[in-house]
Amino acid sequence: MAQRGAKNRTVGAAVLALTAPLALAACGGGDSDGAGGSDGEVTSLTVQDTFVTEPGASYYGELLDACGQENGVTIERNSVPGGDIIARTLQQASSQTLPDILSIDNPDVGQLAAAGALAPLGELGVSAEGISQGVVDANTFEDELYGLQPTTQSLALFYNEDLLAEAGIQPPTTWEELETAAAALTQGDRYGIAFSAPPTYEGTWQFLPFMWSNGGDETDIATPETAEALQLWVDLVSSGSTSESVLNWGQEDVNDQFIAGNAAMMINGPWQFPVLAENPDVTYQVAPLPAPEAGGTVVAPLGGATWTVPETGDDARKAKAAAVVECVNSDENMVDNALTNSSVPTKAELGEQVVAEDPRMQAFVDVVPDLRSRTAKLQDEWPTAATAIYTAVQTALTGGASPEEALEQAQNG
Amino acid sequence: MADTRQRAGGATSAARPAGPEVEVEDRRPRRTWSRERLLQLGFLVPAVVYMLLFFGYPVVQNALMGFQEYTTRTFVTGEAPWVGLENYREVIGSSVFSKAALNTVLFTVGSIAGQFVLGLAIALFFRKRFPLGGLLRSLLLLPWLIPLIAASAVWRWILDKDTGVLNQVLGGLGITDSNPGWLTSTSLALVTVIAINIWIGIPFNTTILYGGLQDIPEDLYEAAALDGATRWRAFRYVTWPLLRPVVTVVLVLGVVYTLKALDIILGLTEGGPANSTQTIATQSYNLSFQQFDFGQGAAAGNILIVVSLVFAVLYLRANRRALDE
Repeated sequence: MAQRGAKNRTVGAAVLALTAPLALAACGGGDSDGAGGSDGEVTSLTVQDTFVTEPGASYYGELLDACGQENGVTIERNSVPGGDIIARTLQQASSQTLPDILSIDNPDVGQLAAAGALAPLGELGVSAEGISQGVVDANTFEDELYGLQPTTQSLALFYNEDLLAEAGIQPPTTWEELETAAAALTQGDRYGIAFSAPPTYEGTWQFLPFMWSNGGDETDIATPETAEALQLWVDLVSSGSTSESVLNWGQEDVNDQFIAGNAAMMINGPWQFPVLAENPDVTYQVAPLPAPEAGGTVVAPLGGATWTVPETGDDARKAKAAAVVECVNSDENMVDNALTNSSVPTKAELGEQVVAEDPRMQAFVDVVPDLRSRTAKLQDEWPTAATAIYTAVQTALTGGASPEEALEQAQNG
Repeated sequence: MADTRQRAGGATSAARPAGPEVEVEDRRPRRTWSRERLLQLGFLVPAVVYMLLFFGYPVVQNALMGFQEYTTRTFVTGEAPWVGLENYREVIGSSVFSKAALNTVLFTVGSIAGQFVLGLAIALFFRKRFPLGGLLRSLLLLPWLIPLIAASAVWRWILDKDTGVLNQVLGGLGITDSNPGWLTSTSLALVTVIAINIWIGIPFNTTILYGGLQDIPEDLYEAAALDGATRWRAFRYVTWPLLRPVVTVVLVLGVVYTLKALDIILGLTEGGPANSTQTIATQSYNLSFQQFDFGQGAAAGNILIVVSLVFAVLYLRANRRALDE
């Protein structure tokens, strides 16, 4: 009986369901004052982002203030947790109270752009010149650019230096090496490797580099290439090289296991650096994810938050907002941002500057040119495919069906 | 006619202190009736408006949403094309639905049975007076006071397959050496989630049932004891019949709460592994807030509302019967 908390969440859902149409009805007539725009002086802009934890929270606060000052506006910033921002933004869209600047996770751009909640940046004179193609794709919907993304993050293989040295094992570069190394490193209570495969988009995100690197594709997941990738995960679990608990672990749990010494290697991203830094006893290195075959290319998914200008209908405010977004994405700020938030500049040419300061970033900088957008092909249909992928992964890992059958079933819904 | 009016007017202005009931007896009852009526309405209107706005409107809106293609786009444009039963066809036709429906039944029946039996047992136990009884009884409320998300995080840690306390204890006692995957095995996960939901529900059941037990007069037991009815027979012939109305309340409210239980499942397993703990409530949440298909999410939610409604009607009928008795 989960009445208390469950009520909170269902109340939240009900409130969203309730307020949306109310607001739609109430503000239906108010459209006219937005369309033309107030041509008066813009003195302040509202910003909504998801940076609620350090170091991002303070960093973006200062950066936005500086960029506001540069453009003669004060910034009113509001940060909400990543899980809530889309629901919040949709409410604001229906009540016509969208912020002037909105930062969201890049796969959400398609959803909001398809809904018509975002302004195309091209019309505001913003271009994505010099930014890696994968990043541009992720921020594009129906050939229009909607987001400017300063930095990106992806997945790599973290390994415990001491444990690998003890066992005389080199960091694996191919799937075969990965299986052998993981098996050899599994001893007693310790597993060779840990990754995250819960029934959420996080599980999909972790599986994508395996699926894509092997030639799999989200438009049709019932292929031998994707099945082969899934087979690798199934083998890792069934051989005992990783815990069955991967079915229930988020990426933070995986990091905890790695720090506790329960896993010799893990698949994770640079956003774990601050947590790892709190545990200086754990000596680790970061290597690129293993490729299916020697010399193969690793195609990893592209993460990171992007900056958009919501469609507020006020041209003067949108222009100012676009200027601030451009400032947030300036070359200089990109490098600072990357170093502060353990991420990689989206302009390939700036990668070296970051590696010079933080060598751990090399594995991530290397993959940036090949990073692939989750939403480039399916756009706003991506959530359906993402759901099918994690469903298939869960079915196969629990032994409910062979990888081929699991993928086929999940694809057919 | 004019005469009466004048008389009445005179009565109200001048003759009232003397006792108007004598003079205006032909008009008086109707006037007070309407004033009383207005007063009644005045008290009723805020409640009715509140109910319509905050209970009626969401339910109606949710019912409508189930027939609409309600997506992220709707929030911006306000357009939600009518699609008839399409959302229901999609939701019920999806491969997850039959599993989710079965899980919802198992989860609800399992949770309610466990919560009720244990809750009643504990409530009966605490009827006896013993040292620290009051303190222990209030400690029992603890699961109710912890935020569910925090509780589920702790449970996940306790139940972890490899490093969890439970498996370490079981292994240490030699009960099992194969580390059962409480939350990761498709055959165990639902049972585990039900067990934790029972833990959460016991305080509610115990509190209400204990309250019901307090209302049973002590002399009934004394009389029953004189007739030779003790322990089980006293329970069977005194406690149970008198507790019946409270039992109905507990069970019906329990069913309604459990049907829509969401965060405990999200916190523990997110519906996994491989949908083995997916219920209609979690499916509705996924559809609405993960896949942004609010129409289909509403359709799934409406199915739950209808089931809850059936139980609510049962509750009201049982209540009325209890009053009649």
